[in-house]
Amino acid sequence: MTTPDMDTPGPLPATPPADPMWLRASRHPLAWPLATLALILAVNASLNPGLWHLQWRDGHLYGSVVDIVNRAAPLAIVALGLTLVIATRGIDISVGAVVAISGAVAALMIGGDLKIVDGQPVHISHWPLSVALLAALGAAAACGAWNGLLVARAGLQPIIATLIMMLAGRGAAQLLTGGQIITIYYPPYFAIGNGFLLGVPVAALIAGAVWLLMTLLLERSALGLFIQAIGINPRAARVAGVRSRTITICVYAFCGLCAGIAGLIVSSNVKSADGNNAGVLMELDAILAVTVGGTLLTGGRFTLAGTVIGALIIQTLTSTIYAIGVPPEINLVVKAVVVFAVMLLQSPEFRRQLRALAVRPAPGGPR
Amino acid sequence: MLKATGIGKRYGAVTVLEGVALHLRPGEVHAVMGQNGAGKSTLIKILTGVVAPDAGALVLDGQPIAPASPLAAQRLGISTVYQEVNLCPNLTVAENLFAGRYPRRGWAALKAIDGPRMVRETRVLLARLNLDIDPTRPLGTLPVAVQQLVAIARALSVQARVLILDEPTSSLDDSEVESLFALLRGLRAAGLAILFVTHFLDQVYAIADRITVLRNGRFVGEWTPAELPAPALVAAMVGRDVALASATSGAADADAGASAPTGAGAPPRLSLRDFGARRRLHPLDLDLHPGEVVGVAGLLGSGRTELARLMFGLDAADSGTLAVQGRVVRFTHPAQAVRLGLAFCPEERKADGVVGALSVRENIVLALQARTGLWPCIRPARQRELARHYIALLGIRAADVDMPIALLSGGNQQKALLARWLATAPQVLILDEPTRGIDVAAKQELMNEVIRLARSGMSVLFISSEIDEVLRISDRIVVMRDRRKAGELPRGAGEAEVLALICEPAA
Repeated sequence: MTTPDMDTPGPLPATPPADPMWLRASRHPLAWPLATLALILAVNASLNPGLWHLQWRDGHLYGSVVDIVNRAAPLAIVALGLTLVIATRGIDISVGAVVAISGAVAALMIGGDLKIVDGQPVHISHWPLSVALLAALGAAAACGAWNGLLVARAGLQPIIATLIMMLAGRGAAQLLTGGQIITIYYPPYFAIGNGFLLGVPVAALIAGAVWLLMTLLLERSALGLFIQAIGINPRAARVAGVRSRTITICVYAFCGLCAGIAGLIVSSNVKSADGNNAGVLMELDAILAVTVGGTLLTGGRFTLAGTVIGALIIQTLTSTIYAIGVPPEINLVVKAVVVFAVMLLQSPEFRRQLRALAVRPAPGGPR
Repeated sequence: MLKATGIGKRYGAVTVLEGVALHLRPGEVHAVMGQNGAGKSTLIKILTGVVAPDAGALVLDGQPIAPASPLAAQRLGISTVYQEVNLCPNLTVAENLFAGRYPRRGWAALKAIDGPRMVRETRVLLARLNLDIDPTRPLGTLPVAVQQLVAIARALSVQARVLILDEPTSSLDDSEVESLFALLRGLRAAGLAILFVTHFLDQVYAIADRITVLRNGRFVGEWTPAELPAPALVAAMVGRDVALASATSGAADADAGASAPTGAGAPPRLSLRDFGARRRLHPLDLDLHPGEVVGVAGLLGSGRTELARLMFGLDAADSGTLAVQGRVVRFTHPAQAVRLGLAFCPEERKADGVVGALSVRENIVLALQARTGLWPCIRPARQRELARHYIALLGIRAADVDMPIALLSGGNQQKALLARWLATAPQVLILDEPTRGIDVAAKQELMNEVIRLARSGMSVLFISSEIDEVLRISDRIVVMRDRRKAGELPRGAGEAEVLALICEPAA
C-alpha cells in the first residue's frame, strides 16, 4: 500500500507508557489526508444522498463514487509521477502540456476513416492502435527526459526547466492539432477513457496498475532510498556513490510517461484531442494532490498512497462543488478556500499554535 | 552571572539531559567537557533559546529567564558561535556581521541599507579583534578558519555579556587558536562570561578558569583546572579510568607497530603518478600498499582535501594517472571509485555526509546499496542487522536504528558515516579529518579501529591536521604544502621533521 521506508514506523520505544491509540493513529502520515477525504465525502453525502448508491447495470458498476474515482484517475497518474520528481527536490510544471501532446499524437496517428468493408461501415485507424499508443507515450517520456536533462545535466532550476517545456510543449501540441480540436473516429480507442473491464472503469484500473507497479518497483529495488537521499542531501548522495544524475533524468522521464498515460485517458474520454485546452492547469491540481497527500515540496520523504488520496480529495472536491450547484464563476474561489484550509490543518506549526490557543485559559476566566 | 539548574531535556524516548547545572561567572572562561552525546550541544541550545528545556531554570543576573528564540537570548546578552559555521556564504563579510540589523539610511519606507557605513563599522570591529579580513569579500570565498573567526566577530558585535563558543577551534590551526585565545583573554578581562566547548584538553588548560563535566546527559561536577589534572578530567568524562598516557602514545604505538611491515614489499594497491588538477593540486606521486596506513599532514588549504576528492572521482583530475591494483582508471563519478573498492569519509560531514532526514539504518546502508545498484535491494532485516552490527562495533549512541540520523550528536554521526563505508568492505579507505569534533575516547576508539582495519589488509589514507595523530597512526607520512607534496617521511619520524616540511618556504 505504501512506499518503502516511508510509512513503516520504527519499533515503538518500550519504556514510556504507550499513547492512546487515536493519538498514535493521528501521527501516521496518512491520517490527515484520510481525514480530509472523509470530511469532504461526508459534506458531499449530506448534500447528495445518492453518493454511496452503487448500481450494477449491464455488467458495469455505476454510481457517484465510481464516477469520482474514474475522473480522478488521470490526475492520480500525473500526481504519482510528479511525487517522485518532488521527492528529488524538483518540480515539473510541464505535465499539463505533456498531457496535451500525448493526446494530440495519439489523435493524429489514429484519426479514424470510415470505410465500407463487406458492406459494413467500419472505422479504420491510420496506424495500428498499439503503434499510436507507443508513439504518444514515447513522445511524453521524451519530453520528461528532456526536462531531466536540463535539470541534471545543464543544472537549470527545475521550475525554469519545466516552465520551458510547459510553454514549448503547449505550443507543440497546438502545432500538431493545428489549433483545432481533432476528433477521433476509432471506437477501440475509446475503451481507455470510457470502457469497463470486469465491471470496473478501465481508467481507474490503469491508475491502480500504475500505483501498484510503482509501489512494487520502489519496494523491491533501492530506488526509493536513492530518490530520498538525492532529495534530502544531493551532495552526500553523490559522495556515497549514488548515480544522482541518471536517477534524476529517469525520474523526470517517468513523470513525463505518467502525463502521457493521463493524456491518452483524457483524449479517449472526450474522443478528441484539444491542443489548446487539454491538461490546462492540471500541473497545479497535481502539485496540490501531492502536497495534500502529505509529501513535502522540500523533497526527501514521500508517500504514493498519500498522493492517490490527494488526487481523490481534489476530484471529490471538484465533484462536490458541481454537485451542490456552486455557480461556475466562483468554482475556483471555493476550491482555493478549501485547499487553503486543508493545507493549514496539515501544517504542524499551525496545529501547534491552534493547540496553544485551545490550552490557554480565556482572558477574564478563572485564574 | 548566568546560572542554570536542574536542566532536563528529552527527545522522544531519548533522555539527552537530566539534572544538569552550570554556573557562568563574569570574567571567567568556563569549559564544558564531555564525550560525544554527553549533551553539550543540547545544553548550549537551551542556553541560547534554540530549544526549550523540559525541566530546570535559567537565571541571568538574579532574574529568571526563558529565552524563546536565539534572538531573544541575544537581546538578553547571550551570544553564540556554533560548531559548524552558520553564516551565509553568498553574502559579504560585512553583510554577515550585520545580518538582521543592517544600518539604515533614508526615511520611512524608503530606508535603504547603508552599505558604506556597514563596511566602515565592520572594519572597526574587525580591527578591534585584530583580524585582517576584507569586509567586502563574499564569505564563501574565505577559508573555513576565517569564516569561523567572522562568526565569532558577529557574536561579539552585539552587546554580548555571555559568549558561548561551541568548539570554535576545531577548524583553526595553532596560530589562529592563539589569536582566538588572545581575543578571549581580552574579553575575559572586560568582564564577559565565556562558555567554551572543546575536545582539545591542552586548550582547556591553556584558557579555562573553570571546568564543568557532563557524562551521558548528567552533571558530573565543576572544578578549577588546578583541582582536576588531565587524567582525572578524562576519567570524569568517560566514567572509567583511562590513563591519559595510553590515549596519547603507548598502546596505539604498539598496535600500529604490529601492522607496519605487512605492505612494504607487495605491489601497490593504489598508485598515483603525476596525478593532479589545475588550480587544485600540483602533480604528485603516491603509492598505497595493502595493510598500510599513510598519513597526510599539512595545514588547512595545503591540498589534503583536494587530493582525497580527486582520488575519489569527486573532482576531475587533468594530469597523470591513477591505478588501482595496477590497472589505470579514470574516475568521472564517485560510483566508479566505490565499485573498485574505494571509500571516502569527507571532511564536511554535514554537507557531504549525512542524509539528515533518513534513519541511521538507511544512512549506514546507503553506500553499500549504491555499490550494489538499484537491484537487488538489501533486505530490511539484513539492513537492521548491518546497522546494529556497526552501532555495536563503533559504539554509536543511537536509541534505535530507525531514528533519524540528524538526532545523533556530531561525533556519533561521524561514526555512522564510517560505518557506511565499512559496510562496503572497502580496499582503500580515505579518511578526511575523521577525528574532528569528536571526543578523546572516541578518537582513540576510532584510531584503534583504523589500525585494526589496516591489519586486516585495508589500505588507509588518513588525513588530519593534528600532527600527533598522524604520527601515531601512520606507517608513512605524506606532508602537503601549498597544494603540492612537500615530502614523504618514514614511520618513526618526529613531529619536528613534519613541522619542518610543513613550514619550509615553497621552492
